[in-house]
Amino acid sequence: MSLGKLLERIIQLIPVLLGVSLIVFVMMALTPGDPVQIMVGEQSITPEQEAELRRNLGLDRPMVERFFIFLAHAVQFDFGNSFYHGRPVADVIAERLPATIELSLVALIVALATAIPLGVVAAIRKNSVLDRMATVGSLLGVSLPGFWFGILLIMLFAVHMQVLPVSGRIGYDNEVAAVTGFLLIDTLLAGDIGAFGDALRHLLLPAITLGLPMTAILMRVTRSSMLEVMRQDYVTFAEAKGLPRRRVLYRHALKNALIPTVSVAAIETGSLLGGNMIVETVFGWPGLGRLVVESIFLRNYPLIQAAVLLYAVTYVLLNFLADILYTVLNPRVKL
Amino acid sequence: MTDASLAAAPSAESLFRRNLRDFSRNRLAMASLTVILIFVLMAVAAPLIAPQDPNETDLFRRLQPPGWVDGGDWRFPLGCDALGRDILSRIIYGARISIFIGAAVIVLATGVGILAGLAAGYLRGWVDVVISRVVDILLGFPYLIFAIGLMAMMGPGLLNIVLALAYKEWVIPCRVVRGETLAVRELEYVEAARALGAGPRHIMWREILPNILSPVIVVSTIRMAHVIILEASLSFLGLGVQPPTASWGSMVSDGRAFILEAWWVSTFPGLAILLLVLAINVASQALRDAFDPRFSE
Repeated sequence: MSLGKLLERIIQLIPVLLGVSLIVFVMMALTPGDPVQIMVGEQSITPEQEAELRRNLGLDRPMVERFFIFLAHAVQFDFGNSFYHGRPVADVIAERLPATIELSLVALIVALATAIPLGVVAAIRKNSVLDRMATVGSLLGVSLPGFWFGILLIMLFAVHMQVLPVSGRIGYDNEVAAVTGFLLIDTLLAGDIGAFGDALRHLLLPAITLGLPMTAILMRVTRSSMLEVMRQDYVTFAEAKGLPRRRVLYRHALKNALIPTVSVAAIETGSLLGGNMIVETVFGWPGLGRLVVESIFLRNYPLIQAAVLLYAVTYVLLNFLADILYTVLNPRVKL
Repeated sequence: MTDASLAAAPSAESLFRRNLRDFSRNRLAMASLTVILIFVLMAVAAPLIAPQDPNETDLFRRLQPPGWVDGGDWRFPLGCDALGRDILSRIIYGARISIFIGAAVIVLATGVGILAGLAAGYLRGWVDVVISRVVDILLGFPYLIFAIGLMAMMGPGLLNIVLALAYKEWVIPCRVVRGETLAVRELEYVEAARALGAGPRHIMWREILPNILSPVIVVSTIRMAHVIILEASLSFLGLGVQPPTASWGSMVSDGRAFILEAWWVSTFPGLAILLLVLAINVASQALRDAFDPRFSE
C-alpha cells in the first residue's frame, strides 16, 4: 500500500471522528436535567455561586462554542471532574483502563487459540462429527447471551466445583504493588508466581465469557477460508508433487487461510469493547465497563461522556487498523 | 406498472416460490420456525396461558424451587424468584417484551434503512454523501455502548429502548439497500422504466425495491436475534424495561444475587433467550441459504 493511500485513509478518518465526537456531545447536552443541579446535588448554593459554576463549566455559552471547547479539551484528555470521585475524569479512567485492556487481550488470545485449531480441524474433516459439533458450537456461541453464559460458568466452576473464583481480579492476600496496572505483568515484576497464578485464575472465566462470540465467529471464518484455500490449484499442485498432506495443509494452506481470520479478529476486537460492560458487571471486574455502568446510575455524566467517546474512538481506530491489516496481508486488495 | 416490470414479474415470482420451497424442505429451519411461532403465540396469549399473575409477590414462596425439586410446588413449575413471583409466568410475559422490542426495532430500522439506502443508492450526489457519512459515523460506535449512552440520556422505558436500538440499527439495512440499489440502478429494466418517463420515486419504489427485497429481509431476520440479545443486555444492566414488568434480561439479573442458593431464578429466563435467539439464528441462516445464492455452499 502506498503512503499516499494510507494518508488518504487517515484523512477520511477525521470527519468520522468529528462526527462521533459531535454525537457524544449532543447525547450529553440533550440529557434531561441541569448539569449544575446534578453536580450540586443536595447541597444548597447561592444564585451567584450557581452562576459562577455555570460560567466555569461553560454552560452559559452557545451550543456550537461549547462543542468546540469540548473538542479542544477532549484532545487534551480533559473531560472535567468526575462528579462522584471529585477527581479528573481522565485520572479515574486511567486507573480502570488496564483492567479492561488486560481482560480484552486475554479474551482475544483465548478466542484465537480456540477458534483457529477448531476451524482448521472442522475444515480438514468436513462433514465429520467433529465438524458438525464445531458448527453447532459456533451457532450456540453467537446465540448465548454473554451475561447468562457468565453466570452459568460461575455456577459451574466457582459455586459447584469451587475451582475458580467468583469475581474480582485477584485475592486479597495476593495483592501486589501496581506498576503497570496489568496484574499479570505486575505480579511477575514482583516475582510472585503464586499471585500471577491467582490473577490468571481470576481472568479465566471473564475472558472465556467475553471471547465466546468472537471464538464462534472466528471459527466459522477459519473453517470457510480453509475450505476455500484447500480448493485452490496451488494446494492440489503441492499435494500432486507428493508433499506430505500435513505439510501442505499447515505450511501452504493455513498461511493463506488465516488472512481473513486475522482481519476479522481485528474487527471483532472492537466488539469486545461493548461486551466488557456486561462481563465486567457479571464478574465484578473493576474495569472501565463496570465504571460506566455504575456512572449511569450515579448520573456521573462527564465520566459517561468521556468513556463513550474513548470507546468510540478506539473502535474507529481498530476498524481502521483492521482495514490496513487486511490490505497488507492480502496485496490483491487495494484500498 | 411499466412494461419492463411486467416482463420481470413472472420469473421473480417463480424464483421466490422455488426459494420458499428450498426453505421449507430444510427440517432444522422448520423446527426453528416452530420454536419461534411457539414463542410468538406465548407472547400473544400470555394472559390466557400464564398459570399465575407474573407480578404477584408472596414472600412465603421466596426462592421456592422448581416443581421437580424437593420443596417445589407444581403450581409454580419453574420455581419462584426472591419476591415469590412465578418464574414460568414471568418468562411467558417476558416473551412479549423481547419479541415486541425485537420486531419493533427491526421494522422501524428496516423502514428507515430502505428509505435512506434507496435515496443514497439511486439519487447519488450529495444525498449519498450525507447518508454515507452519517452511516460511517454511526458505525464508529460499538452498538451496546451507543445504546447505553442513549439510554443514559433518555432514561429507561419501552419506547426509549426501541429508539435507542433503532437509531443505530437502520444503518445495516441502509448499507445493504444502498449496495443493491447501486448494483441494479444501471440494469436494463431500470433504464427501460427511465426511458418510459418514470420518475425517481416510481423507479425506486416500484422497480428497484421489489427486486432487492430478498437480501434486505434476510439481513433483517439475522439482525433480529442480535437486537433481542441487546435488549436483554440493556435490561440485565438495569437500563431496559423497569420493574415490575417482566423482561428476560432483568430476570437473569435478579437471580444473580442468589446463584448460591437458587440456580433456577437466572437459569430459566436465560434459557428462554438462548432458545429464541438460537431458533431465529438457525431460521435466518436457512432463509439466507435459500434466498441468497451467494451464501449457499
